[in-house]
Amino acid sequence: MLDIRRIPLPSLIGLVLTGLFVLAAIFAPLIAPHGNGEIVGDVWEPMSSTHWLGTDNLGRDLLSRMIYGARITLFIAVLATALSFSLGAILGFSAAVFGGWYDTILSRLVDLLMSIPTLIMGLVVLSVLPSNLVTLILVMGILDSTRVYRLSRAVAVDINVMDYVEAAKLRGEGSGWIIFREILPNALSPLVSELGLRFIYAVLFLSTLSFLGLGVQPPDADWGGMVKENKDGIVFGIPAALIPAAAIAALAISVNLVADWVLNRTTSLKGGRG
Amino acid sequence: MADGKAKSTPLLDIRNLRIEATVYPPGEAPKTITLVHDVSLTLEKGKVLGLIGESGAGKSTIGLSSMGYGRGGVRITGGEVILNGRDILKGGKEGFRKLRGREVCYVAQSAAAAFNPAHRLMDQVVEAALLHGTATRAEAEKRAVALFKKLSLPNPETIGERFPHQVSGGQLQRVMTAMALCSEPDLIVFDEPTTALDVTTQIDVLAAIKDAIRDTHVAALYITHDLAVVAQVSDEIMVLRHGRLVEWGGTRQIIKEPRQEYTNALVSVHEIEHQEQQPGTAPMLSVKNVTAAYGGGHVKVLKNVSVDIFPGQTLAVVGESGSGKSTLARAITGLLPPEQGSVVFDGRTLGNRLADRPKEDLRQLQMIYQMADVAMNPRQTVGTIIGRPLEFYFGMKGRERDKRVAELLDEIEMGKGFIDRYPAELSGGQKQRVCIARSLAAKPKLIICDEVTSALDPLVAHGILKLLLNLQQVEKVAYLFITHDLATVKSIADSIAVMYRGEVVRYGSKSKVLTPPFDAYTDLLLSSVPEMEIGWLEKAIAGRRMESAGN
Amino acid sequence: MSSPIVKLVAQRIALGILLLLAVSVLIFAGTQILPGDVAQAILGQSATPESLANLREQLGLNQPAYIRYFHWLGGVLTGDLGTAMSSGQDIATSIKDRLWNTLFLAFWAAVVAIPLAITLGLIAVRYRNGWVDKLISGVALASTSFPEFFIGYLLVFYFAVQHQWFPAISTVYDGMSIGERLQAIALPAAALTLVVLAHMMRMTRAAILNVMQSAYVETAELKGLSAFAVIRKHAFPNAIAPIINVVMLNLAYLVVGVVVVEVIFVYPGMGQYLVDHVTKRDVPVVQAVGLIFAAVYISLNIIADIAAIVANPRLRHPK
Repeated sequence: MLDIRRIPLPSLIGLVLTGLFVLAAIFAPLIAPHGNGEIVGDVWEPMSSTHWLGTDNLGRDLLSRMIYGARITLFIAVLATALSFSLGAILGFSAAVFGGWYDTILSRLVDLLMSIPTLIMGLVVLSVLPSNLVTLILVMGILDSTRVYRLSRAVAVDINVMDYVEAAKLRGEGSGWIIFREILPNALSPLVSELGLRFIYAVLFLSTLSFLGLGVQPPDADWGGMVKENKDGIVFGIPAALIPAAAIAALAISVNLVADWVLNRTTSLKGGRG
Repeated sequence: MADGKAKSTPLLDIRNLRIEATVYPPGEAPKTITLVHDVSLTLEKGKVLGLIGESGAGKSTIGLSSMGYGRGGVRITGGEVILNGRDILKGGKEGFRKLRGREVCYVAQSAAAAFNPAHRLMDQVVEAALLHGTATRAEAEKRAVALFKKLSLPNPETIGERFPHQVSGGQLQRVMTAMALCSEPDLIVFDEPTTALDVTTQIDVLAAIKDAIRDTHVAALYITHDLAVVAQVSDEIMVLRHGRLVEWGGTRQIIKEPRQEYTNALVSVHEIEHQEQQPGTAPMLSVKNVTAAYGGGHVKVLKNVSVDIFPGQTLAVVGESGSGKSTLARAITGLLPPEQGSVVFDGRTLGNRLADRPKEDLRQLQMIYQMADVAMNPRQTVGTIIGRPLEFYFGMKGRERDKRVAELLDEIEMGKGFIDRYPAELSGGQKQRVCIARSLAAKPKLIICDEVTSALDPLVAHGILKLLLNLQQVEKVAYLFITHDLATVKSIADSIAVMYRGEVVRYGSKSKVLTPPFDAYTDLLLSSVPEMEIGWLEKAIAGRRMESAGN
Repeated sequence: MSSPIVKLVAQRIALGILLLLAVSVLIFAGTQILPGDVAQAILGQSATPESLANLREQLGLNQPAYIRYFHWLGGVLTGDLGTAMSSGQDIATSIKDRLWNTLFLAFWAAVVAIPLAITLGLIAVRYRNGWVDKLISGVALASTSFPEFFIGYLLVFYFAVQHQWFPAISTVYDGMSIGERLQAIALPAAALTLVVLAHMMRMTRAAILNVMQSAYVETAELKGLSAFAVIRKHAFPNAIAPIINVVMLNLAYLVVGVVVVEVIFVYPGMGQYLVDHVTKRDVPVVQAVGLIFAAVYISLNIIADIAAIVANPRLRHPK
């Protein structure tokens, strides 16, 4: 069914890298050479055979921190994306199909939320909410669901006025058939590529919050938090902060490549045939 | 420009023209396809050559090659294009620039898109003449105003002050012709200049173009898919198909004595034998005094409309864009509940709103759309598309359903092999056939056909009309046939309703509606439909009583 | 002259003011009516009942929310942004210099980014589908995946640590000459430029391509105009509105980028001020600064809309 040789090279690279990050996150305790908080050496030791990526600002093994960091980063980003996506898509679809005041109220509310930059709104609410993972996921998920809402509503509205949907309505089909058999299959490919983008955005947003000291709280650290921990080394020429930052970029790019590929595969209207 | 040349050398001489393009199918390697295969033509000064063919025949591509221009990735890879005695393909970019807008000008299909929205019309009309230095600004503007007058544009002195969006489509098309004529070129390429216009507007624009060509002695390549239109303006006609020459001859020879089978098919495309049936005693569906409006009653689009449809017969509803003919279909199906009046089917009044109608009523009334490709869910196979009504109305499942789907595919003259195909894998005509099968699957008493042939090439449309007529014989189904094309109406209707601005202006059996005396609008409409007759245009213009809506 | 334009622009501005009011409600609500006790959150678990009561009194939490809102809004409208809880200083006074610093930084980033993005966009269009276009698009796609701090620290690592061409920390103080100031902000301005450049360039490319593929550009080519004249006379007047729109939307994006970049370079601007006080849970400061950021963001969006309205010939020359 899926011939590996037919996957374009960039997508393959994306798939492999994404796969590696996910494996590292899942099997973190088995892979990591040291514990997450374990102090194993001097502060900011350079890369060596014992510590492949060197040590961090407190003398912890940076590679192990990175592997555990992958876990936290992916965990929060996945949950926040899942929340934003299910919330946004359900509300967006229902607004498109039901219309009327339900649609109007939801859409105006979303417009309002989107008129404030996400980071600013995030900072405002995080200034009063308790700092813990649940808050973080909820804030990220809800703020980001506005984007998903816009897209899924727009897509569903477009499909809802197509002649084939009208034909189904004329046939007498119920809302169930119309939403799940007529609209959803045709909305899938824009939504899938949006899923990739939203995930990347969640990773970047989380990293930014943690970098500003408002995301994951120590002693735990995601990659953004690790940048913050090690940033003072930069001026002394110690690149420890650049490693987690590069990991974030690598994850974002590889997910982008995978999303592109999925989009290309799912937009074919010939059922996968030439 | 080439005044010194002997009369015997043609203005334009295209020899063995080969045009290729590179296409990029998603997920595959790019391939090179040949659009035009070694086509040759010559055109004398002041003559008009019509290029005719279906979509994909390469007629626009050939026309643009006379200016050395290729759209998108299209390139000329072989042959010669000799204009005024020199091969323009050898002149390079600089050479092309010098001839474009000076020796050869272009009139596009959609003038509305071809004018720059940011500039006044006059600036755009005189632009080429000023650029090539063939006139001073004052001269060019004077010439433009004279051309506006010749093309019978309203307010010729001031229309140049306007912006494109302030002028109607039919007028813009004439301004574009003036723009082409303004630099006094030797050749104009007309690329489907009247196709996007309503039929009553088309005739005026056509007449204006014809007069202008005659008076300025310019040569022209006239590109169209409508043989009857091209017969009015051309001296010679060239028939093209799949980028190859089919037949080339004088206009009279092509339309009266075609030598090739394909040309003959194009000429006789409108001739379908259909015996008019007399109305029965009891109508199956009656539209009674229906008034309907969009936007909460602000825009009345149907005013007190009443028509009847008899079992197994065809009622054609004819009108131009904005006449309310498609709205009538929406009112009958319940998509747009009428404000007043009612729709009676089989003796009982149908619910106004779609939601109020029982499944049985919905089954009896089916619909076929103009755009077959958006009328089918692109993610469903032909089997699902045709099978769903069987499942939904008759509860058919599994083998029984598949057997019936196969029978229906047979009825629409498509094989069983199509059952697993997706719409994207079908041709335009096949798509429309599948839509017909889907409506037949419900075993309805009435099918509403909304412009079902207007998006198709003439020969394909012809096949669909014949199929619909055959199916009517077999299935005893009635049609409500909505169209702007009177030729189609003559082929298939038993009775006709002519609509104009939301009202039925003429209604009755086909023979009665098409027999004089006519009301003013029906007269205009009937007299505007191009006939495949040399000299028809002049007769039609002379015999008209009512100004067309485009003015 | 053209009344529909004046009317539409007035409508858009009125809508913007309405939106700002709604946003002020949202920001106020976001800090006041969220679940949990603000005073408790500020003081933490160790708070005594007395200190809690004091703080509530000080924050005016004993009054109903809507009264507190109007009190706050009235203050904002008269230039009184309240006092910071953490330092007891007047917020408006503390903000003045910082706002100026932030605008200074954003201005220079924009001065570099806008012409650069438009030029690159034009180059990408000119060599469409060639390797230059692919390279530019590829780099642009990659850099949208980079977090701001990655770009920022790469610049610091290379230009400040390895080569010591620019300071790693952007200290500015009164009495600095304009040259010194520019030297100080070189790296943060570069980082900001890179943050918005990719996006702005891609959108510019799309806007110009859209115009270049229209039928009237073909008409112009078929009149024999040179490629340059086609672009200058026919493409540019129609592309200008979408490009202004792109620029404004990206400047709005820059407003967000400035927060992170200021933290990276320890630059005394609004962004750093906001982040500091979010950490200190200093609600009045967060409200005031949040509102200012939102106002700038909304204003840029309004300007983008107005540019589109004014540049539309259908509206400028009604039927």
